[in-house]
Amino acid sequence: MTTLTDLTLAEARDALLRKDFSAVELAKAQLAEIEQARALNAFITETPAKALAMAEASDARIARGEAGPLEGVPLGVKDLYCTEGVATTAASHILEGFKPAYESTVSANLWRDGAVMLGKLNLDEFAMGSSNETSYFGPVVSPWRRQGSDTKIVPGGSSGGSAAAVAARLCFGATATDTGGSIRQPAAFTGTVGIKPTYGRCSRWGIVAFASSLDQAGPIARTVRDAAILMRSMAGHDPKDTTSVDAPVPDYEAALSRGVKGMKIGIPKEYRIQGVPAEIDALWEQGVAWLKDAGATIVDISLPHTRYALPAYYIVAPAEASSNLARYDGVRYGLRVPGKDIVGMYEETRAAGFGKEVRRRIMIGAYVLSAGYYDAYYVRAQKIRTLIKQDFDRAYADGVDAILTPATPSAAFGFGEKGSGDPVEMYLNDVFTVTVNMAGLPGLAVPAGTSSEGLPLGLQLIGRPFDEETLFALASVIEKAAPKIAPPPKWWAPPVGFADTLP
Amino acid sequence: MSVDQATVRRIAHLARIKVSDDDVPHLQEELNAILRFVEELASVDVEGVEAMTSVMPMPMKKRQDIVTDGEIADVILANAPEREDHFFKVPKVVE
Amino acid sequence: MTTQAKPSKLIKGATGDFEIVIGMEIHAQVTSRSKLFSGASTEFGGEPNAHVSLVDAAMPGMLPVINQECVAQAVRTGLGLEAQINLRSVFDRKNYFYPDLPQGYQISQYKSPIVGEGIVAVDVSPTEQIKVGIERLHLEQDAGKSLHDQSATESLVDLNRSGVALMEIVSKPDMRSSDEARAYVTKLRTILRYIGSCDGNMEQGSLRADVNVSVRRPGEPLGTRCEIKNVNSIRFIGQAIEVEARRQIGVIEDGGVVQQETRLFDPGRGETRSMRSKEEAHDYRYFPDPDLLPLEFDQAYVDALKAGLPELPDAKKERFITEYGLPAYDAGVLVADKETADYYEAAVRHGGATRDPKLVANWLTGDVAAYANSVGLSVAQTHIKPGQIASLVDLIADATISGKIAKDVLAILIGDEKDADPKDIVAARGLQQVTDTGAIAAAVDAIIKANPDKVAQAQAKPSMLGWFVGQVMKQTGGKANPQAVNDELKAKLGI
Ligand SMILES: [Mg+2]
Ligand SMILES: [Zn+2]
Repeated sequence: MTTLTDLTLAEARDALLRKDFSAVELAKAQLAEIEQARALNAFITETPAKALAMAEASDARIARGEAGPLEGVPLGVKDLYCTEGVATTAASHILEGFKPAYESTVSANLWRDGAVMLGKLNLDEFAMGSSNETSYFGPVVSPWRRQGSDTKIVPGGSSGGSAAAVAARLCFGATATDTGGSIRQPAAFTGTVGIKPTYGRCSRWGIVAFASSLDQAGPIARTVRDAAILMRSMAGHDPKDTTSVDAPVPDYEAALSRGVKGMKIGIPKEYRIQGVPAEIDALWEQGVAWLKDAGATIVDISLPHTRYALPAYYIVAPAEASSNLARYDGVRYGLRVPGKDIVGMYEETRAAGFGKEVRRRIMIGAYVLSAGYYDAYYVRAQKIRTLIKQDFDRAYADGVDAILTPATPSAAFGFGEKGSGDPVEMYLNDVFTVTVNMAGLPGLAVPAGTSSEGLPLGLQLIGRPFDEETLFALASVIEKAAPKIAPPPKWWAPPVGFADTLP
Repeated sequence: MSVDQATVRRIAHLARIKVSDDDVPHLQEELNAILRFVEELASVDVEGVEAMTSVMPMPMKKRQDIVTDGEIADVILANAPEREDHFFKVPKVVE
Repeated sequence: MTTQAKPSKLIKGATGDFEIVIGMEIHAQVTSRSKLFSGASTEFGGEPNAHVSLVDAAMPGMLPVINQECVAQAVRTGLGLEAQINLRSVFDRKNYFYPDLPQGYQISQYKSPIVGEGIVAVDVSPTEQIKVGIERLHLEQDAGKSLHDQSATESLVDLNRSGVALMEIVSKPDMRSSDEARAYVTKLRTILRYIGSCDGNMEQGSLRADVNVSVRRPGEPLGTRCEIKNVNSIRFIGQAIEVEARRQIGVIEDGGVVQQETRLFDPGRGETRSMRSKEEAHDYRYFPDPDLLPLEFDQAYVDALKAGLPELPDAKKERFITEYGLPAYDAGVLVADKETADYYEAAVRHGGATRDPKLVANWLTGDVAAYANSVGLSVAQTHIKPGQIASLVDLIADATISGKIAKDVLAILIGDEKDADPKDIVAARGLQQVTDTGAIAAAVDAIIKANPDKVAQAQAKPSMLGWFVGQVMKQTGGKANPQAVNDELKAKLGI
């Protein structure tokens, strides 16, 4: 029975349809794993009763021959997605006690297709972070450890709970969101596959907003195929989000077998940055070799405004966040801390309700939008965004089908190792991923190797707008070519027989 | 550009976040670190460049003018920290 | 517009003349079933927080979706103001904290409004028309309502208004007196009502005015202005401007400096006062709303809306002047209210016949308007039907009754016989005027015979004729045809 949760999502899906085991059995096995893995702190809220009820309903649909594309597959949901009747926290104290009466469009799409909800996954507070250390509910611990060390490693962020849970086999896949790299960076840190689709591919309705013009939902899964399966269910036009695109959703799973022969892959020279460990460069070279072997043409390209993407991001994202987070004011939901008057109530509530990083970003955002600074900061950053997008447009106009880069400038690091003195040190984690959000493009992180310390490393593929299929086809080639990485040993689980000793 | 302590307090008030006297110096330092980080943007030539307003150009769809929502006061108020009947209750607002 | 001050508009201070300069920001609630960015109802009133969706309450993860009718209404209104329609406009967020502003920002249009510059022709008096420039019109959300009177320590928040579409119509500082300002709002309201884009109901807050007032000595540059917020009747707009201008002149004449600030008009005390709590410098941190794409449409869309517009007041007035030969002032009075204008045309054309349009206009702008006014209604809202007016005018035209008798018939219509046809009233009560020359001649003879002294006087002084006419009318119970009486008397008296 312990092997059930080691299956891939695709395998579990097929086995459920064959009735090799029931959805309830699968859900129970998964819930048992979650129970044993509380040391990872991947979940903020577990929903076992809901999982079993949904699994039962799945079994009934399977019996009636009415199975959906994800029938009976247990998933985790990043706690940035509003889930009907289930506490939604955004990993913030300020949403204390908040239970939405509505379900986000993307999670609703998953349940429509038969998936089973296991619970709500931990994240950086309001998705602001790259290490999952900013959660009000405590940091998520990566299932990975450096060879011969029991130092706790970060899973990346902000979708750290999603990535850790998927890597630790606590769920078959998870929803995540990506504003500057929050899907791809944790996926790379945990040896999982994560895709941030094109801006507009998924509905943002019902997902707690961080930076509206950058936020996109996407899946984290253990294989490229699993990510493709989830992506198809999550994507789609939503009349409730006018920034979502009204275009058919392709069969991403079918794209896996397309092959990459004749594809032109761009290698941007600006992504060779100083201070990046040699093993990251080597990994990149390796990726180039794999794609070349599979018949792709490799071309050098230039994306000249790359270096400005991260600073511009740290103007645009906090600006939007400062406004998006104004609604957390203690009036209609969440935390309220009394003050001497209404302004006092606001100030006390927001000081107590938001963590340090969130407060910092709100303040930076308010500053760059304020009178006298707006043009110098915000407008300039949005102009630079146009230049960044034009860089990509030019590359694609020149016939490039996709772009290959490293996903992160390093492997995962230990708690407290980055950003404690200077917030910018942490921000640099997103240096390879953030350009993609600034230009609204699809980006996918796929595991490609391990660091000298035995931690996973990933490569990033960047595509044309709405051409996620090409990314899946390329990622599939890399996945096949890359050395198989064994799953992390279950150091978090109590020793065998431990349960028997309980009263 | 960099912020002084008075500016830190002004922004905090603008954002309705209480800061204690102890918070101000290190907040000032952190905000200035971020401002230093974004400083290099000032050197980019943005002459004649349009500021981005929508990253994926597409027409904005519009709703029909029909009443499809509302009449859910209980749901609207369900999470309220303080309410009175079907009103949200807040500390007295002085006009 | 005019830099030359008009002497008639100047007001006297202790140290000389001052000119008032007025500009206005009108918030007009868009007529639509649902809100600007949500599907909740715009209906006035209702239980607290009933007309509220998850979007209006700014629940986490909620997104705005624009209502196409509100866009169309703004474009129609822009066309009615002869304004520039911008095929691309952008929604911005105006950020501030207030309990009736759930999002922590108002979605508005700041840099790129949907409607640009336009112009409104305003009749200030029968002899004076001014042009008031429109700076812009933009779409934005209304806020909710905070109730402060229930308790000393708490306020209650109702979000029913939250998210209702408003058009903010900003004028140029082109008005120079409270009369001009009142006439401008009246005209704007007429245009909005014609178009059907706002019901113009000031009591319910569908139309609210922020009035910018400054004063200067003639020929000087613009003075510092104060904004008087949320004045909710046309009468109060006039009063607020008068008292605020007086206040500012007082400040200046006392050697002081007018502070730019927001003030409130207190009609009870007849004064404006500073809104102290709002003195704190605002920094709204406007930026384009990233949840909304730019609002774009093509010229064909605008043209189609233009084609669907009703005849607007200025065009209708022109037509009434040329088609019916009405004096400009009468035409202006009739078109000020669309229903009254329609009523007028229905009366003129009732029953397929056409009747003297000037006579119909006289009745509608005269006695009928006076009655309507006395009961607080517009002409069209009274129980009197256009057909009844037509019948009344026909009776005068074919000399069945005199104008004076017609007044009596109208009184009967207003009083006892609300649904009656004036023709039947006249018949039933025998009010037909006497045109029988024999009967009139007999009456004239009798009067002449009985008043020889007056006859002599009248022959010396023909204006005495009126006295004789009065006597004859008295004798005939007012029913004698006045023209016939006149003719007969002149002949018999030899004058
Ligand atoms: Mg205004
Ligand atoms: Zn306004």
